[in-house]
Amino acid sequence: MDQTTLNFLVVGASFALYFGIAIWARAGSTSEFYAAGRGVNPVVNGMATAADWMSAASFISMAGLIAFVGYSNSTFLMGWTGGYVLMAMLLAPYLRKFGKYTVPEFVGDRYYSNAARVVAVICLIVISVTYVIGQMTGAGVAFSRFLEVSSTTGLITASAVVFVYAVLGGMKGITYTQVAQYIVLIIAYTIPAVFISLQLTGNPIPGLGLFGNMAEGQSGAGEPLLVTLNGLLTDLGFSEYTSGNTPWLMALFTLSLMIGTAGLPHVIIRFFTVPKVADARWSAGWALVFIALLYLTAPAVGAMARLNIMNQFWPQGVEGEAVSVETIQTDPAYNWMLTWQATGLLGWEDKNGDGRIQYYNEGGAGMAELAAERGWSGNELTNFNRDILVLANPEIANLPGWVIALIAAGGIAAALSTAAGLLLAISSAISHDLIKSVINPNISEKGELLAARVSMAGAIVLATYLGLNPPGFAAQVVALAFGLAAATLFPTLMMGIFSKRMNAAGATWGMVAGLVVTCLYLFTYLGWFFIPGTNMLENTAANYLFGIPPTHFGPIGALINFGVAYVVSSMTAAPPQHIQDLVESVRIPRGAGAAINK
Amino acid sequence: MANKPDNNAYWAANLRLVTICLVIWAACSYGLAILLRPLVSGIAVGGTDLGFWFAQQGSILVFLVLIFFYAWRMNKLDKEHGVDEE
Repeated sequence: MDQTTLNFLVVGASFALYFGIAIWARAGSTSEFYAAGRGVNPVVNGMATAADWMSAASFISMAGLIAFVGYSNSTFLMGWTGGYVLMAMLLAPYLRKFGKYTVPEFVGDRYYSNAARVVAVICLIVISVTYVIGQMTGAGVAFSRFLEVSSTTGLITASAVVFVYAVLGGMKGITYTQVAQYIVLIIAYTIPAVFISLQLTGNPIPGLGLFGNMAEGQSGAGEPLLVTLNGLLTDLGFSEYTSGNTPWLMALFTLSLMIGTAGLPHVIIRFFTVPKVADARWSAGWALVFIALLYLTAPAVGAMARLNIMNQFWPQGVEGEAVSVETIQTDPAYNWMLTWQATGLLGWEDKNGDGRIQYYNEGGAGMAELAAERGWSGNELTNFNRDILVLANPEIANLPGWVIALIAAGGIAAALSTAAGLLLAISSAISHDLIKSVINPNISEKGELLAARVSMAGAIVLATYLGLNPPGFAAQVVALAFGLAAATLFPTLMMGIFSKRMNAAGATWGMVAGLVVTCLYLFTYLGWFFIPGTNMLENTAANYLFGIPPTHFGPIGALINFGVAYVVSSMTAAPPQHIQDLVESVRIPRGAGAAINK
Repeated sequence: MANKPDNNAYWAANLRLVTICLVIWAACSYGLAILLRPLVSGIAVGGTDLGFWFAQQGSILVFLVLIFFYAWRMNKLDKEHGVDEE
């Protein structure tokens, strides 16, 4: 059986599973559509949260980002997990106690203001729509590579699959599909990692293998893997894998990712599905357990893939000859280079015409002299898209065909599960917060359920359209999503729980200030509404305010939100007594059952 | 709000617990893994130093312990202060 057929079988089987779950877990009421009837076991919810949270970026991109940069990109590992500590202690239990369905609903009720509610809906939609574009394009890439269809066909298939189970099942369908998707994606991610860790270090646990010694028969046998990797990299002019610089920028970026993670509405609403406040606390822990299985493995995947790649290009070591073009074209071990070259995401060029491909850092210290001495004419691995690292990893390590098929199903599962969660957040904000709370409060339960399904369908069509015509700024937009979540929703939610004095005016102006200042800072360097060429300052370190890049701006936006909210609220009247009582009641778990389905 | 004084004590205990947990949270991730890494660079771990281990493994493990500790401790506090769910 050839690889494409095998990929089709495995991916097809995973889709059949998702459809089966969708039919079994149809939503019959708004409570089921928005919050799965609040009957989800905390461990099950933890697993669903893990799939909801771990997107195409975690599954496909993150290990590649770490592999090619090393220590400095540990920020992603800590930032995307540390946010759960904030969520577990500062938001999730209290919002569950509040006992409603959406994030803007808490903002609107707590701040007794439809203006605050609408600002929160706008923030939520900007954050979630930008996020969902990345998921749709990620699913398209995985489809087109592994199933050999065009990425347009891939994207439309992905949308159709999400459409079936999200519109039918709402939160209930999405929850149980996400559990299945988590199992698919974690198996797909860890199996190749275990194989590779065994090959290189003899240790079956990748996170331990990363700090272990090279196995017998590997080059550098007996010395630590990271020492071998550092040696290879520095010999070729790259910086050391385990070193980094500008620690304060690393710390700021980590903080931005942490606060942003805690403020993402599609993750927060997952904690509305558990029966009790105590369950929301446990559930955050379980979510991090399931996330950690991938996040503790990812740094090992990155380092080991980098090592494998270096060894493939320098099979006789750095002192010997580089790999020959003939070997790449004929040796099955190099097949992955040919298949990925066909996608345009990998490229090489024999610049000096010696029939070999020299991969090194031509800008590295002393490399010009070494290149002159050895007759190299620059780095000949001209293009290596970081996103292909995880997808190509099993092929690079020569693993069997079924492992490659699993990676395809896993990448698609990661993208679909996150897309579904985002689409639910968008559709519930429209049907529940705009239609039910602002436009037509007298809508019937049946009418609202229909509105929720229609909004969901509309959101999927919009996401598909944007995925097919990605505004050429998808990468920057992810920074916007995290920056905005940090600068708008997180401070507003936190103050709503921890400050009884915070009032409508303070919260609304705080959110607006966080939103506007963060957008302005991003637009200054990345162009107005990300239209290339309209940026007022060049996006380089010399122009940054206090040296802060636009991607790191989240914590500053959050500070501005907190500051403006504090000043405005201290100049205006305290919130009415019934709101202060509401804050009191949100702080204690007792009575959460009574708050259900009000 | 008949049992208000008790609720205040409960809330104060919660804030104390959150503060302790977040100090540990920051000390591991921003501290040992990033800003204080040079201070612990003498401690070797598998071919590199303790800071690198905290950046790529240790912080995540500490986060896990913190969340479960907080959940366990809070659920106990709920009962002690009589504010748990019946």
